This record gives sequence, structure tokens and C-alpha cells, in this order.
Amino acid sequence: MNYADLFRVTLPETALDVAALLVLVVDLGFLRKAALQTRIMAAVLIGVAGCGAAVAAMPFQAGGGLSYPGSTDLLLAAGGSTAIAQVGILMLTVLTLFLLIGSDFTKHVGEFVAVVLMASTGGLLISAAQDLLVIFVGLELLSLGLYILTAFAKRSGKSAESAMKYYLFGGMSAAFLLFGFSYLYGLTGSTNLHEIMFGLYGMRVLSATPLVYVALVMVAAGLGFKVAAVPFHLWAPDTYEGAPAPAAAFIASVSKVASFALLIGIGTAAMHLVDRLPGTAHLVPVTAMFTTEPLTHWSGFEGPWSLIVAIIAVASMVFGNLAALAQNSVRRLLAYSAIAHAGYILLAVAYFSRSNISANAILYYILTYGLTTIGAFGAVSIVERIGGSDRMDAFLGLYKRNGLLAAVLVVLFLSLAGIPPLVGFWAKFNLFAAVLQVNRGVAPFALVAIAVAMSAVSLYYYLQVLKRVFVMPPADDGPMRGSPLTMGVLALITIAVVVLGCLPGLMQSWMASFYAGM
Amino acid sequence: MLAWTIYISFAGALVLAVLPKGNATLARAIALVIAAAGFLIAIAGFAAGAGQGRVTIIDVPWVPAMGIHYTLAADGISRVLVLLTGLAALAGVLFSWNINLRTNEFFAFFFALIGGVYGVFLSFDLFLLFVFYEIAIVPKYFLIAIWGSTRREYAAMKLALYSFVGSAMVLIVLLAAYATSGSHSTGLVNLANADFPIGFQMWAFPVTFIGFGILAGLWPFHTWAPTGHVAAPTAASMLLAGVVMKLGAYGCLRVAIGLFPHGLDQWGWSFWGIGSWRDVFALLAVIGIVYGALVALAQTDFKFVIGYSSVSHMGFVLLGLVTLTQVGVDGAVLQMFSHGVIAGLLFAIVGRIVYDRTHTRQLAELETMYLGRRMPFAAWAFVIAGVASMGLPGFSGFVAELQVLIGAWIAKPWWTAASGVGIVIGVAYTWRALQKAFFSDRLPKPDEHPKEGWPKFDPITWPEVTATCLLFAATLIVGIYPSILLNSIEPAVKALLAGGMQ
Repeated sequence: MNYADLFRVTLPETALDVAALLVLVVDLGFLRKAALQTRIMAAVLIGVAGCGAAVAAMPFQAGGGLSYPGSTDLLLAAGGSTAIAQVGILMLTVLTLFLLIGSDFTKHVGEFVAVVLMASTGGLLISAAQDLLVIFVGLELLSLGLYILTAFAKRSGKSAESAMKYYLFGGMSAAFLLFGFSYLYGLTGSTNLHEIMFGLYGMRVLSATPLVYVALVMVAAGLGFKVAAVPFHLWAPDTYEGAPAPAAAFIASVSKVASFALLIGIGTAAMHLVDRLPGTAHLVPVTAMFTTEPLTHWSGFEGPWSLIVAIIAVASMVFGNLAALAQNSVRRLLAYSAIAHAGYILLAVAYFSRSNISANAILYYILTYGLTTIGAFGAVSIVERIGGSDRMDAFLGLYKRNGLLAAVLVVLFLSLAGIPPLVGFWAKFNLFAAVLQVNRGVAPFALVAIAVAMSAVSLYYYLQVLKRVFVMPPADDGPMRGSPLTMGVLALITIAVVVLGCLPGLMQSWMASFYAGM
Repeated sequence: MLAWTIYISFAGALVLAVLPKGNATLARAIALVIAAAGFLIAIAGFAAGAGQGRVTIIDVPWVPAMGIHYTLAADGISRVLVLLTGLAALAGVLFSWNINLRTNEFFAFFFALIGGVYGVFLSFDLFLLFVFYEIAIVPKYFLIAIWGSTRREYAAMKLALYSFVGSAMVLIVLLAAYATSGSHSTGLVNLANADFPIGFQMWAFPVTFIGFGILAGLWPFHTWAPTGHVAAPTAASMLLAGVVMKLGAYGCLRVAIGLFPHGLDQWGWSFWGIGSWRDVFALLAVIGIVYGALVALAQTDFKFVIGYSSVSHMGFVLLGLVTLTQVGVDGAVLQMFSHGVIAGLLFAIVGRIVYDRTHTRQLAELETMYLGRRMPFAAWAFVIAGVASMGLPGFSGFVAELQVLIGAWIAKPWWTAASGVGIVIGVAYTWRALQKAFFSDRLPKPDEHPKEGWPKFDPITWPEVTATCLLFAATLIVGIYPSILLNSIEPAVKALLAGGMQ
């Protein structure tokens, strides 16, 4: 393997890691005596610069990604949907870093920012990975970072408890994932996604499908944990509630984007299984099968996979939305709503297209969702710091105590509920339209109908919060101020949610520009 | 030009939202200017559009990747309903003159709602129509939950959820139609020409009709309406009954009937005379007419009487729509206008003029107040409005309901017979409310006389008089010279029923 090529493909990751080390050096070396907020500011600035450098480095990546030596199979992809996910991860990382400003849950600022950056590195890696081993390493890099971030509020028992839960669940699901991977390797003799897909297609002939199901269920368990899909979601409410706000926002946005980027990578590999192999001329039936009706064949990879994912998707959106109705803590409510949103997105993963429609719809959804949740967590953290809790009642009469914050919450929550003209609505529409474009059968249609019905349910719990924010009188009249910078970031996110919602073409053409060179 | 009604309303909502708090006078003035401007534009647009068919106002690609256009256009039906919206908005602002709690926010939500309503009536892209339709949901929630009365939070949430469920049904059809048509467009005209398979139309039509019908008070999905109307502040109940319910009816006409006409075809088998979706919805509409009227007859709360009467009157609209005859659908559209004006008037009298002074709406308590003597303006106004609501000749309701009944007779005579019962009961509940609230013949006993004489109510203010006269004028003009609206409704309905929306 040529290390120069490897270096060229991983330029953004390298930039992030350099920034992470730099943060540590500056914070621990030069700023030991400085005030906490100064240190936070310095660390955040370096982190933001690192993310900026990573984005700037992306055009210099090797165009087509990195292949195995002596083969055309990809090890790491670059460009296209991978690039969109990576830019998205970096931008959302920047926003979560801004949430750190003004917080005081930890004195170890340098470590916090460094861990955030390293976890983002893991995220970048899994968005690009095309090999089981790279996927696993990237996932662990991301996950280990998240466990640490969750536990970062050392004075809070909840933080420690939730981190422990998260870690135990995470360890178990990693074991499942590895177990599934080992089956896939055993069945196909390769760790490369394309080879695996092709090998599994051959399995049809050899009728080894039960083993494929076992392997894919295991993989789905591992990845379902990352996206918090039912029944692998148990960590989510506790983690969202216990983790310090920037960490929770990071888990809810960046980690989700990376995990769905990984699912997109897998889906793309499955759909393009015949593209890269030499001598595909005799495989015309295969190609024909994938261009007309990809899901009628319940074998190979795509059939079992979409069945499993569709089941998880329905379970997630039904359970997530119904459980959210009963929540009294806004963070837990956001956690259950995140489970529901993951369910919607998984529909598009189950019905994945050969062209980039599905990939774009998923990325559009998860990126805008990440943006919105970061804003929501930022707003919740301000209320929490002054009101002392994230209970619904802490939000009473917010419109009187901080009008801007109330407006921010209204816009963001309505966007999560999918009310036009906010961006959450377009994301949903885009996603469901993509599902129906892939397959117009009864099953996908019924699934979309369930999803739409469930999003009608979700309006109730979002309105429960907004009712307290905007309708009910305050219990306590004191103003509720956040730091001007945080408020600025929140206002910016809100404006973005409105503008992207009113002009949905903006983001679509931005995403299309990534495919231009391909 | 009509497009400016939308922009002005949303801009106004934004300005009012950021207005410094505590300056209620300024907020009112701004609101009045915006509403008046919207109304004037609506009149001008209506006048300019006379004799023309569908006029495209603007048509630019909005989401090019999905073939969604930002298409605003107006045909005769749109122009009439935009006119109604302008009128209702202006009257609503005038009747909200006494709102002192969070005044600027009230008007901000008010105009966000109005902007959405204007948008729905002018959209000629299904997607855009849906977006505006949903924009109108959220302000309603806040208007009722913050400024409402009786069980307001319950009513607001019920209204929001009902609306959202309805729009979810519409969204499902929208997605399916988009995927099925394959024309890569959501323009209403393109979809109307998309030749959807009959099987598709057979399920898409009822889902759409019920989805929109929920907001139009279609029985048995009407229960949000009375509670919502009663809980809402006066201006909001005027808008709810006046224009928001029309959004639903308009959607039923423009989208359900316009896009999926074959959904109304016969099934090929029948059960007790019901052999198509048309029969089903006609039956529901007739039940709505009679049921709404009967329930109104039994109410003890003055506002609930009006609330249920709305359900009954909207039944005529829905019945007119499913007659599928020129005269019936004309009548339905005219009834939308007429009911918008009359229901607005009734709600204003009950909610603003009476309730804000007596602080009770219980008919039993109003009976002991002798409002006929102590509040002659209200009594006069309610007599006229009540007579108009009953459908006396000379008022708009008469022309509209007559046409609906003729259309129904052409379609199936028993529809007319059954809804005729509803009209008779309508006379009964209106008289009953009128008599109990204003002209009670129960004389006060000697010990009931207050020692210092009967307390004076606050005098009637100029905004109330102005708005009442405005609405009177509208119902009278249309009642005496209905052609003023029918001339523009007829060709549009004809085109719509002919299919293809050309």
C-alpha cells in the first residue's frame, strides 16, 4: 500500500487529529492558569480552525478514493455522498463546539475538545469506509469518544450513570457487530463491501441464506445501536438526559450523521455490486434485476437487509413517537423523538436506490435534523442552567423571560414536527418521496403511510413543550439570559432552518454539486 | 396583484411579532392597515379578474430537482374566496380591537393565519397549496390556547391534532400522486391531466376528501369545530368559521374532485342505495346538516349554538360539492362565501358584542338580563344576522342554499328532502337562541330589580359598528345581486367539472 495515497485520502482526518493535539498542547501547556471561559474560547477556536482546515483539505483528497493494492475495490471512498456527509459532520462539529461556550460542567476543556475532534475523525472515517475492518475501527473510535464525552460532567451522578449504561450497551453491540462481520467474512472470504455483496449474491445459488440472515441481523443490531433504533435504543433516553449538553448534541447530530453515512455506504455498495467487477457482461440478468425490481428477491444481501431494516424502522417510529408522548423531561423527549426520526430515515435505507436519490434524501434529512437538534439542545441547556432542570415546567412562560429563545424553540420544534415551510418538512417529504420512487408497491406505501401518521402523533408532544414556552404564564419572572455568542449561534441555526425550508432548492443544489465530478 | 395579499400578510405578521411589547395602539393600527390593504387588493383583484378565466400570477421553479413550482394563479373560485378572506380579516381586526393581552403577538399569529389562507386559495401547485395549508394550522393553536376562553388548551390541541391528521392524509395522497403520475410535477393542472388509474383515484379521492373534509366540518369528523369555535377568541372563531373551514371545502373541491374525478364513479355494486363515494359523502353531508341543526337546538351555551350551526351550514357546502352539478357546485361555492360572512357576523355578536359585556354565554343567564332592551344594537344585529343565517330571501344564504338544494334535487331528490328538514330546524334553533338571549318574555320579579337600576353596559364602539355594517353590506349585496359573485364562480366551476382544469 502506498502511504502517500493513504495520507492524501485521509487529509481531513489528519487535520482534525492535528487540531486535537494542538488543543491539548495549548490548553495544558500555555493556558493552565487562565480563566475557564478563556480556555474554552481558545479550545473552541482551535477546534473550529481544525474543522475548517479539514473542510479546506477535502478538495485535495485523492479523487476516486483509495483502493486496495492491486485491485479496483475501494478501501476508502471519497467524493459524492461521502464528501457531503464529511462536510456535514465537520459543520455540525463546529456548531456543537459553540455550545461549549459559557458552560461550566468541566474544568478539562482541552480534553473535551480533543475528544470531540477525535470522535469526529471516527465519524469521517466511517462515512468513507468500504471495508469491514475500517468500519469497525472507525466506529470504535467514534463510540469510545462518545462514552468519554457522556461521562465528562464529573460532578453529576447522572452523567456517570448514563455513560456507564451507554458504554455497556455499546460494548455489547460492538460484539454483535463483530460477530456479524465475522460471519460475513466467513461466508464470502472478503472484508471488502463490494466483494461481500457479490459473494452474497452468489449465496443464492448455494442456498446459504439462513446464515446470511443471522449475519445481517447481528450487523443490524450493531448499527441499530448507533442510530438508536428500536430495539437497540435503550441507551438513548438516559444518555441524552445525563450527558452534558454539548456532548448530548454531539451524540444526537454528528454521531447520527456518521452512522447514517455508513448505512448509505453499505446500501450503495449493495446496489452497485456489479459495477466494479471485471467481465460483467455475462451478468446482464443481475443488472436487470437491480434496475427494475430490486426488492422482490429475498436473498443475496439487499433482500434480507431491507426486510430487517424495514422492521426496525417501523418499530422505531411507532415506539419512539408513542413513548415520547409520556415524557416529562425535554431531553428524554428529544431522545425518543430522535428514535422516531431514525425510524423514518431507516425506511429510505430499507428501500435504497441505485441512483443517488436515496442517499441524498437520507443525507438531507440527517444533516438538517442534526442542525435542528443542536439548536434544540443549545436552547434546552440555557433553560437548564437557569431553571435548574429540563422538566417541562422549567419552560413555563419562556416567552416573557427570553423572547428570542422562545422564538428559537418554536421554530426548531415545529421543524422537528415537520411543519412547512421549515426545513424538517422538506426533509420528510424528500425522504418519503425517495422511498416511493424506489418502489411503488403496497409495502413501501403502507410504511410511508405509517410514518406520516406517526408524524401527526409527534405534533402533540412538540406542542406540549411549545404550550409551556408560549402559552402558559411563567412561574418565575426572572429573565433567562444565555451568553450572547450562544444566542447568536442559536439564532443563526433558526434562520438557517427557516431559509433552507423556504428555499429547499439551495441545499439540494449544494448536494448535487458534490456529484458533479463523478 | 393578488399575490400581494399573501406577502403583505406575512410581512405584517413579521413586523407585528418584533414590535416592542406594550404598545397596543400601534399594533392595532398596523393590523388595521394590513387587513385593509389586503381587502383592497382582494377587491381590486376581484374586479380586475371579472370575465377572465384562470390567470397565472407567478410561476417559477421552486424545487427544480423535484419539479415543484411556485405557482400562484386565480380563477373565479379563488377570487371569490380571496375576497371573503380579505373581508373576514378586516372584520376580525375590527372585532379584536379590545384585545390587550400580548396585542402585537395576537395580530402576528392572526396575520400568519390569514397569509396561509390567502396562499391556499391562490396556489395552483398541489405542493404549494399543502404548504400554505399547514402554515395555517399552527397559528390557530396559539390563537386559541393563549387568547381563548372555555377549556381553551383542550380545544386548541384538539383542533391542531384534527387539522394535522387531516393534512397527514392529504400528504399521503400527495406523495402517492407525485410518485404515481410520473410527470415529475405537482402542478394542479399537470396532475389533473395525469390520467391517474381508476383504482388509484378510487382510494385517493376518499382519503383526500376526508383529509380536507375534517377541516370543513364533515360529520363525523366535525367535533373539533364546536369546541374550537367556542374556545377561540372572537376574531379567531370568525376566522375559523369564516375562512378556515372553507380551506377544507376548497381543498375538497379543488384537489379531491378536481384531481380525482373518477373517484366519484359508481363502484358497480350498491348497498342500501349507496353505490359510490359520492353517495357516501352526500349521506355524511346530509347527516351533518340535520345533526348539526338538532344539536344546536339543544345547546345551553349561546356560542355552541352558533358553533353547531356552522357544522350544519358547512354540510350544505359539502352536499353541493358532491352533487357534481353546475348549479349545486355554484351554490356550494357561494355558500362558502355566504357562510363565511354570516358565521363571522354571528360569532362577532355573540363573542365580542355580547360576551365581552355580559361575561356569560349561558342562555339561561342571558335570559335574565333583558339584552333586547339594554343592548338594542346587539339585538338588532342578531335579528338581521339570524334571519340571514336562516336563509331568508334577500340575504346571501338564501341564494346559496337554494342552488345547493336544486343541485341536490337533480342528483338525488331525497338529499334535498332530508336537508330541507335541516333548514326548518335551522329556523327553530335560531329563533330559540334569539328569543332566549334577547327577547325573553320572562318578566323580572320585584326582588330581582337591582337597587341602583340596571347597570349600563359598555357602549358599543366604532370598530364594532363598522365591522358589523361591513358584513351586513356583504351579505345583502350578494343576496340581492348574487350575479356579482356567480358571474365569476360559474365559468370556473364549469371548467373544473369538465376536468383537466383548463
